[in-house]
Amino acid sequence: MKRLLVLLLVLITACKNEVSDSQIAESKNVIKTSEEVVVDDFQLDVYDYDGLEPLINKDDDKIHVVNFWATWCAPCVKELPYFEDINQNYKDKDVEVLLVSLDFPNKYETSLKPFIKKYDIKSKVVAFDDTDQNRWIPAINENWSGALPATIIYKGDKRQFYEQSFTQEELETELKQFLKT
Amino acid sequence: MKTLKFLSVVVLVLTLSAFASNTGDNGYKIGDIATDFSLENIDGNKVSLCDYKDAKGFIVIFTCNTCPYAVAYEDRINALNEKYVTKGYPVIAIMPNNTEVKPDDNMEAMKARAKAKGFTFPYLMDEGQKIYPQYGATKTPHVYILQKTKKGNEVKYIGAIDDNYKDAEAVTTTYVEDAVNALLNKQHIEIKETRAIGCSIKV
Repeated sequence: MKRLLVLLLVLITACKNEVSDSQIAESKNVIKTSEEVVVDDFQLDVYDYDGLEPLINKDDDKIHVVNFWATWCAPCVKELPYFEDINQNYKDKDVEVLLVSLDFPNKYETSLKPFIKKYDIKSKVVAFDDTDQNRWIPAINENWSGALPATIIYKGDKRQFYEQSFTQEELETELKQFLKT
Repeated sequence: MKTLKFLSVVVLVLTLSAFASNTGDNGYKIGDIATDFSLENIDGNKVSLCDYKDAKGFIVIFTCNTCPYAVAYEDRINALNEKYVTKGYPVIAIMPNNTEVKPDDNMEAMKARAKAKGFTFPYLMDEGQKIYPQYGATKTPHVYILQKTKKGNEVKYIGAIDDNYKDAEAVTTTYVEDAVNALLNKQHIEIKETRAIGCSIKV
């Protein structure tokens, strides 16, 4: 019975997925989905800036690659496989990838979760929901104008911020600067 | 001694210009004079800032059809124009994306969107993408408030429309309205620059 319910949920979200993205403005009153909803054993953590801040300022010996993206952002989606590759190929070199989605909350069930499932995203994905952009954009990086995609690579105190799209080579080149140290 | 003075001036100028080139190439800063343009509107006519003889200034907004943040602000951009066009600050919307990369931002799509949403302001195509880099716009939506002065259209505010892209009802600070109100009342603009999240302009 439980499995049937899950299947039904998946089907519903799959159908909803076909609703056009241009509906966002009209649908601001859509009920915010619970952060604890588990669809097919899959939970999405949602953070505001205070919640996200520790995740992008970890003080350990790992290299952290943090990518700000959204499912509707074409250049973000294009470069996503490069981040996935890094996540797979550099695991043993203590590299951690965090994909911070800026999809709107009313799209978590209809776009974000289906996207993660469809493309079988292996990197850690969290959703970021904080409307006070003028506070958190400069807090994340003073030089960020606010355009997506954006990426941070950091290890301890060493930190680089990129307001740009990457080719696979460019991303690896930047990562290797951190691998050397 | 004279040579020394001269040399120190040269060094000073060089140093200053070095700083200027570091920070000045990315578009306008507050106080800069913004370029005029002649861009095609959705009605087929060309629009320039100098066409607006009676305007006191402009709310120039780089925006598009396809960015969810821009879409979320459509109604509020319309409201801004309705509120301020009669007060001398019309909204001038410019679509900066490369339409080969984003076909849903082409002129036909712009016309359709403007019709569907009842845009009351000009919605211009940045043909050849020559205007947005001069302003230094990086994303949609990205606002520049200009005030007409003797020197030209002076940049008075750069950034976001307000402090809540998601929910117009939950906005606490209306940055653009506050800035235009200050200009209309000849008051100091409290917040001249803000950061706004947006979609990178597609080149």
